[in-house]
Amino acid sequence: MIINHPLLGPRDAQEFTYLGDAALIDRPDWQGEDAQSRFYEYLYLRDNPAGTHRELWFHEGGDRSWLVVTRNTVSHEILQVELARDVARAKGRSK
Amino acid sequence: MRYSGLRVIKEALTGHKGWKPVWRDPEPQPHYDIVIIGGGGHGLAAAYYLAREFGQKKIAVVEKGWIGGGNVGRNTTIIRSNYLLDGNEPFYEFSLKLWEGLEQDFNYNAMVSQRGILNLIHTDAQRDAFTRRGNAMILNGADAELLSADQVRAEYPFLNFDNARFPIKGGLAQRRGGTVRHDAVAWGYARGADSRGVDIIQNCEVTGFRMENGRCLGVETSRGFIGAGKVGCAVAGSSGRLMAKAGMRLPIESHVLQAFVSEGLKPVMPGVITFGAGHFYCSQSDKGGLVFGGDIDGYNSYAQRGNLPTVEDVCASGIALIPALGRVRLLRMWGGLMDMSMDGSPIIDRTDIDGLYFNGGWCYGGFKATPASGFAFAHLLATDRPHKTATAYRFDRFRRGYMIDEKGVGAQPNLH
Ligand SMILES: Cc1cc2nc3c(=O)[nH]c(=O)nc-3n(C[C@H](O)[C@H](O)[C@H](O)COP(=O)(O)OP(=O)(O)OC[C@H]3O[C@@H](n4cnc5c(N)ncnc54)[C@H](O)[C@@H]3O)c2cc1C
Repeated sequence: MIINHPLLGPRDAQEFTYLGDAALIDRPDWQGEDAQSRFYEYLYLRDNPAGTHRELWFHEGGDRSWLVVTRNTVSHEILQVELARDVARAKGRSK
Repeated sequence: MRYSGLRVIKEALTGHKGWKPVWRDPEPQPHYDIVIIGGGGHGLAAAYYLAREFGQKKIAVVEKGWIGGGNVGRNTTIIRSNYLLDGNEPFYEFSLKLWEGLEQDFNYNAMVSQRGILNLIHTDAQRDAFTRRGNAMILNGADAELLSADQVRAEYPFLNFDNARFPIKGGLAQRRGGTVRHDAVAWGYARGADSRGVDIIQNCEVTGFRMENGRCLGVETSRGFIGAGKVGCAVAGSSGRLMAKAGMRLPIESHVLQAFVSEGLKPVMPGVITFGAGHFYCSQSDKGGLVFGGDIDGYNSYAQRGNLPTVEDVCASGIALIPALGRVRLLRMWGGLMDMSMDGSPIIDRTDIDGLYFNGGWCYGGFKATPASGFAFAHLLATDRPHKTATAYRFDRFRRGYMIDEKGVGAQPNLH
């Protein structure tokens, strides 16, 4: 698979390590009322879809940026690549 | 029709005209007591034991393709019971004992070959860990033997013993481990189940569940609705996709694992060996091909095929351990869908939906578990209580903090 890095252009997927579903960006509020059950779901449960999947890849062998890659899990086709930072900021996160 | 040596001779003398199809091809009935989704090893074994051990009558196995087309026919066929943790080891040892009697039990040649498995040791710390594991195995009634480097050399003289980075310092052997002809496991269980009245319905995909007031009444399939008193899901790598139709999110990710076979060679590899400094395992099939594999590719996948970086990594690990492998040609390779769970251990449990039961999360070690998984799932379906060796395989262990994490890597499925 070739990941089209937004800053560096097309890179071999071998340069990256894989974390999992991009929902991991949305860490629950640890002070919330329901923190315990929200953290259980956050840590252990997955949608695991057959088809389009947004997922986190880390450019370990490159510029060490985190990317959100939208990829089809049935065909391995990569549909979109964004900087995870931009995705988080678009959701109102500051850092 | 029972198989025997006499029968083979008689058929040979009469032109092989007496063999019949080994299982029927029935039309789905409107209602069964128990419907099992997935005609892999686990689903077929569950149906077999339900009929044979638990006296259940109206059972169907519903398979979207052909039986044995999933992981049961794609794995590297290794069986063993060399686990460390209490939640696992009694279960896998129960499985190995069932393997030992299986062929007589279902009257089918599954080529169960207890040629032994050897986990190689490369560091002192690894020797300590393997000694501990061997002791845990012995405590649970399994066999384990710690070998010195010289003892390993006597059995596998061609390994790369004096490699500067990964010297071989010994090994942990389980002599009762080995390999089994995987397709024959599916066929043997299917034949045994069919002859006890189980309907094996192929080319029938489950597309949804019919629910009423929190109870599962049956399954919607590509061949119409099939009603069921109880529904058991045993679809391995497709678990996430199927259970989503029942509104469930699972502690499971689907990944792809590849397997490889070389050209046929004269006998070189007496048993199963695993590299302790990389991820590589290898045995030799009776046809002569070296059968080997390594890590999963590492990203979510439902593709049943992998990519080249893993091929390169597996081959490099293999050559690091067995330099002679560099001269061997790779014949073919393929992939299968792994139901990777969050702690690397399986789930055999009821769900929150009445009448709906789940078996999955086998990661890439579910073939060896086939007999025990089938038995334990049948026990659960028939009695609503877990089998005594499978009490730890509950859904709620993640919520309650009772993970069974053999590798200690945490909730990161691609590292298990
Ligand atoms: C390359 C590879 C190597 C492996 N090596 C080993 C090994 O050496 N040792 C070991 O112990 N384990 C090994 N495994 C793991 C082992 O093969 C699996 O854990 C085990 O086979 C899974 O259980 P099963 O046989 O029931 O799965 P499967 O055979 O995959 O059965 C699941 C069935 O469900 C069917 N299905 C899916 N969705 C539906 C639906 N909606 N409706 C109806 N049917 C459906 C599928 O078609 C499939 O036939 C390996 C796996 C792979 C892929």
